Parts: sequence; C-alpha cells; structure tokens
Amino acid sequence: MSLAPTPQVLPAGVDGFLIRFALRPDPQAMAAAQVMARQLETDTPDGAVEVAPALVSVLLRFDPARVDRDDLARSLAARARAIADRAPDAPDALRRWTIPAAFGGEYGPDLADVADRLGLSQQQAIDQLCNTDLHVLTIGFAPGQPYIGLLPEAWNLPRMADLNPRVPAGAVVVAVRQIVMFGAESATGWRQVACSGFRTFVPDRNPPMPLRAGDAIRYRPVTGDEMQSLSSAADGLGGAVLETLE
Amino acid sequence: MTALTIRKADGVLTVQDMGRPGHLAQGLSRGGAMDRLALIEAAALLGAKSPLAAIEMAGAGGQFSVSAPTRIALTGAPMIATLDGAPLRWHASHLVLPEQDLRIGALQAGVHGYLTPAGGLQTPAWLGSRAVHLTIGIGAALTAGQTLPCGEDPAPEAPSRIIQTEARFHGGALRVMDGPQTALFDDKVLEAFYATEFIRGGRGNRQGIQLDADARFTTDHAAGLASDMIGPGDLQMTGDGLPYVLMSECQTMGGYPRVGQIIPADLPRMAQAAPGARLRFRRLTLEQAASSYRDQADLLREAAGRCRNLIRDPAMIADLLSYQLVGGVTAGRELEDD
Repeated sequence: MSLAPTPQVLPAGVDGFLIRFALRPDPQAMAAAQVMARQLETDTPDGAVEVAPALVSVLLRFDPARVDRDDLARSLAARARAIADRAPDAPDALRRWTIPAAFGGEYGPDLADVADRLGLSQQQAIDQLCNTDLHVLTIGFAPGQPYIGLLPEAWNLPRMADLNPRVPAGAVVVAVRQIVMFGAESATGWRQVACSGFRTFVPDRNPPMPLRAGDAIRYRPVTGDEMQSLSSAADGLGGAVLETLE
Repeated sequence: MTALTIRKADGVLTVQDMGRPGHLAQGLSRGGAMDRLALIEAAALLGAKSPLAAIEMAGAGGQFSVSAPTRIALTGAPMIATLDGAPLRWHASHLVLPEQDLRIGALQAGVHGYLTPAGGLQTPAWLGSRAVHLTIGIGAALTAGQTLPCGEDPAPEAPSRIIQTEARFHGGALRVMDGPQTALFDDKVLEAFYATEFIRGGRGNRQGIQLDADARFTTDHAAGLASDMIGPGDLQMTGDGLPYVLMSECQTMGGYPRVGQIIPADLPRMAQAAPGARLRFRRLTLEQAASSYRDQADLLREAAGRCRNLIRDPAMIADLLSYQLVGGVTAGRELEDD
C-alpha cells in the first residue's frame, strides 16, 4: 500500500473546515474520511453544527460564536492525523438497504457493454454488482442521490465519451468503481446497468432523503415486471428493505 | 389570518426566507433568499425578532393587495413602488390597507427586491423553511391570482420606518477568502485573478452566476479531483477558465476547482449585481475573513440601528387632508422622527 495519506484541515468559509485525506478518490483516503465522519457524528466537537461527508473529505460547519477557530482546527487536525496513521478500513455499516432492481435489457441498456469490457457474461456482471460489499460513499449533486461503492478494481470504467441524454428516475449507472442511483430523469456519462423503483428524493415522504453516507447497499435482482409493480408503492421505496445492523 | 394577494406577477416572484441549513449530508443546499441582508433589513424595519418569509422579486415586481391592515417592508434592489398611485420610499416600511393597490414596478438598480409583510408569509414549510427551491421542485414561482396566508401584523399602528443601507446594487469590490482548493492555482494565476475586472455575465439564476472577462484562470491540477463539498459564494472555475459564483440553490458537491469563497457579508452585493455590472475581487487573509463573521442576531441588531422613523414629505402625500394632523395619536406620528 502507498504511504498513509496526509490529512489537511482547510478553511471552508467563515464557519467551516474541510478535513481532506486526499485530492483524488484514493480508496484508503475514502475509508479514512468515512471513519472521520463517523467519529465527528458520534463524538461531535463543541461548537460543531453540521457534519457532511464527501468522498475523501468531510465538511464540518461550526458556530464561530461558540468555539475558537484555531483551537477547533488544531483538534480536528490531531484527530485526522490519528486516523490517517492507522490507515483504517471503512467503518462497519449501521444500517443496510436491500434494493430490488431489474438488470439488463431495457432496464440496463449498457449492461452488455459493461460485461464485455470486464470480460464477463451479463449474469456474472450482475452477480458481482449484487455480491460486492457496497456502501453509500457520499450523497450529492441532487438531494438524496447516492454515490455507492466501491466495486472491484476491474470496474474502474471511464465515463462514456458521449453523454446519454436521458436515463429515467431510478436508473442504476456505473463508472469509476462507483454506482449512482438517479432520483430524477437525468443526462449522464455513466453506463446504465439496471433500474430500480427506489426514489432517492420524495419531498412529501418522511424522511424525504432516506439514504445516509455509510449505509450498506445490496441490490436484489428482480424481473422487470416485478420492479415495475414495486415502483408503484406509495412510499417511493420500490420495495427496498432497511435493516438496522449491529 | 391576513391574506396577501398577487394581482399581477411581472418578475420571477418566489417565497423566500433564510433557507433550510443542516441538510448538506443529504445533498440539500440551504437555499433561501439570494440577498439575505434584505430579509434582515426587512425584519429590522418591521421590528421583528428574526427574519420573516417574504416575496423575492427577481427582475421586476407585480401588483398586490392585502385583506387586513398590515405593514410591509420594501428592501433589497430598489424598485419603483406606489400605493394607490402615490410613490412609496424603498428601503422602508409602510402601512397597506385592504382595497389599496400596491404596485411594484421596474428595478432602479440591482436584481432582487423583497416585499415582506409584517406578520411574515405563512405558506407551508418543508424541512423547517418556507423557501421555494426552484432547482429541486420545492414550490414554484408565484402567479397572478394566488393568495398567500400571512401572520397578522402585531403592530399595524407602528410608524413607517426607513433604513440606511449600503448601496450594494451596482457591483463593486467583493472580498474573498481562500478555500480548500486555492492552493491548486499557481500564484501567478491568483495574482491575475485578483487584478482582473470582471463583468457580471448574462447567465445567472438562484443556482449561480456566470462572470465574464478576457483573461482565463485555470489550474493544471483539475483533472481527476475527487468532488467535495461546495457552497454559496464559492468561485468555481469551470472548464473554460471563467468563474461561476455559486449561489443559494447551488448543488452541495462539485468537481470543479474553486479559487476561493466570497465572504457572506459581501454575497448580497454579488446577488444584486445586474448583468453588465463590474466586479473586482479582493483577497482577505484568513484572520480578516474570520473577523468579518456576524451571526444573524448581530446583523439584525446592527440593521435596527440603521432604522429611523420615516418623515414623509407632505407634498408626496396624495391624501394629506385625510390625515389627522393635529391632536392625533396614531396617524400623526407618521410625521415625527426619533
């Protein structure tokens, strides 16, 4: 393994710090950022008002009236260094979602291409997608929209040169060892391998954005018809089941 | 419950408040008013303890009426306003009676004007805020014929007030602090950036504002950056090397490198720069940026100190004879100053 990433505590506005473990999406830095986020959520520093994990960094917003900026920066740097030094694995998930999805064909028009690039049959590709230990790495770009990973190294597929102008809400797309599940119809340079009835953002649902960074994700393959009928569920969860782990 | 009716909507009218902070981890940006200071000034004019939900008017106003006597505050970008044809001062509060015709017309400067009823708009809240978030489909722009619930004015008899405000409606200098990615840019690029005069571009909305210049500002370290958290005020360098300033409805995460962040105190000036306005950036040290921080209570206290009673020019009062000028205890106070 490479050297332990050097974490940095950087100003992010007048009331925030970004604790960054790497500039690029290095898996070890991702794990460290997840450990840092978990620690900040469970052992929250005085004066912190918000913790938001990104891929290899964590944003902490604080109330400048309640805490000295330099003291906070020092304590965050010490925490980050301790985490980076022990190069931890990603923390265990506290919850697990099992999400039904229809793979291939009209629901995953790029599955054949993806399998081809990996030298796998479509069924083998589906098996890898469903059997890999996946987690929500971060949520962003749209409310509730997850970045899920990491897929095996072979899945380090580049984005497509040409945008797919339209994938439907619920599309499961892959690139760079990650999976995105779109909450709304979107254009994307990622390859669509499946579709689910899970809606990542439903304003009137409680909660509107049910996924959290760190949640474990497991896809359960279903037929297109089953996925369609699960999509009509009023809760917009598409038949997804949430378990609390521990 | 008092009602405020939109008789005509000329600009893009949306209900806005201070937004819904605290949901960045779920991919939801704070949203809320583009010019947050305008809501604080409205609260100061109306004697409210905290900012109220208001109508944000982008580009132009509209025509309004109320169902019960209520004071309103007019803040943000100055617009031509009349009540039953008589001109109303901007940056001020005024009593509006039922059946009176409140018209808010063209912008005189800036982009976003605000109409705040003294009881605040009481439209349905979502995640603790009434702010419309157009980008993600929370609420929608107001249209003619809509009636919005408002809280009752706690003191309709209170005198009209006027607030002294910094002219932030013509562009100018914006103070910037370094951000997590400033070090990705060469010193020469940063120097050039801070020496350049930018023009507010034609493309801008509640998500962000494009700036134009002849020069381009790029970094060799942009490729393959992991996306991280972004927020209002961030100066994001898009692929073409021109800054795109993130505003209240921006996404929460982005992959473009950012030169720095406009400090919150100067973001209203950015929001109010109309297309064509000239803008320059001034780089602050971290200490200077940190010491510019004011919380909402401080800002409101400071704004209240800039308010005074409005002395109306009798020549501008269309219905002067209807005022009880002698011996009055209510209407007569409009002519006093404190």
